[in-house]
Amino acid sequence: MSKYLINKFLYTIDRDPDLVQRYREDPHGTVTWWEAEQAGVILNCPRAERSTWLTFTDAERSALASHDYPALFELGAHSFLTLTLFIALFERDYAEPLAFQREYAARLAHWSLPYPDIST
Amino acid sequence: MATVAAVIASTHHPFYYRASNATGADRPPFADEWVTKIGAFRDTLTKANPDVLVMVGSDHFHQLWLDNMPQFLIGKAPFYDGNFYNEEREFGLPRMLLRGHEELSAYLLRQGIDAGFDLAFSNELRIDHSITCPLITLRPEADLPIVPVYTNIFAPPMPQPRRFVELGKAIRELVEAWPVDLRVAIIGTGHLSLELGGPRQFGPHGPDPEFDRKAVGWIASADLESALAEVTLDSLWQPGNATHGFMDFLLMMGVAGAGVKADYTDTLDLFHTMEAYFTWYPKAVDAQ
Repeated sequence: MSKYLINKFLYTIDRDPDLVQRYREDPHGTVTWWEAEQAGVILNCPRAERSTWLTFTDAERSALASHDYPALFELGAHSFLTLTLFIALFERDYAEPLAFQREYAARLAHWSLPYPDIST
Repeated sequence: MATVAAVIASTHHPFYYRASNATGADRPPFADEWVTKIGAFRDTLTKANPDVLVMVGSDHFHQLWLDNMPQFLIGKAPFYDGNFYNEEREFGLPRMLLRGHEELSAYLLRQGIDAGFDLAFSNELRIDHSITCPLITLRPEADLPIVPVYTNIFAPPMPQPRRFVELGKAIRELVEAWPVDLRVAIIGTGHLSLELGGPRQFGPHGPDPEFDRKAVGWIASADLESALAEVTLDSLWQPGNATHGFMDFLLMMGVAGAGVKADYTDTLDLFHTMEAYFTWYPKAVDAQ
């Protein structure tokens, strides 16, 4: 399990407008490309010095490739990162302000405390 | 010696900028009351006539990342750019450029490290809405040099609540001992109960109004004894999964001084989270 790598995916997609759009349109292809090409890049190091050991589990890869934010919550992804990126992906599809955010809460309504651990 | 002209603690609601500037059908029904309250809160800083602002906030996974996460960091740079693409996207926040006060940054770093806080530093820091929002509300001219202080309230493992209080006390003592004749306002922003990315998010009020009521009481009287008796790293998950931002209020209570009542307190019960505004004047007679 690599909560860190899920978070790194969410973080690096969220900060790049082109990647946000690419992930919205092609989640499976974006996750496959990112895991192969980007997962190991240390953000403050040259590409040649990338990490060699970072991979998703099947459950993590599947959750990201299917835009399944309730599954990401259950896997312990950082809630702020997931929320921020998914607002960017899907808020535009809802007519009412905050309608997506409220649906997001409703889809997690089966959870009570304690929530899944987000520690990395 | 420097004078602590004001100590200010506040929430940092990223929707204020857009709500306050919206017109016509886009203007939310709560905007006018919010603008009125912010205007009164802004006056409390203006009245203190500050020369420099020490700004305490927390990076929301913008520049600081999990491969190298500082617990407490002070910026030391001549300028700070402000706000990030995803804050423009989600909140409509503007790009900003703030001047830094490098001399005070260097002083706080040297003296703070010598006082037992192993502070991280940054010579190129882009500040996010935890610092730009209080500038927009309290000093929209953004004309004063700043010293940004970042805390980790976001990524476990975090420092204990008591450590935030201790750092606040140290910042107050160090600023008061700074041998420069300037008026310094110390401003910090955090959260009351808050849920982000969980089932209790974006409700009609904050996720835990009872916690908010207690927390406002603690802050307004800098009641650190009661706050620290109830608040732990574990307990802060209960009021809402982003409530660790309350630890920045604890830091500011440390700056204000245990048991010192705020000279100004106001709140606004908004959807999603409660807004809260506090100002202390350590040298009341100096307020102009």
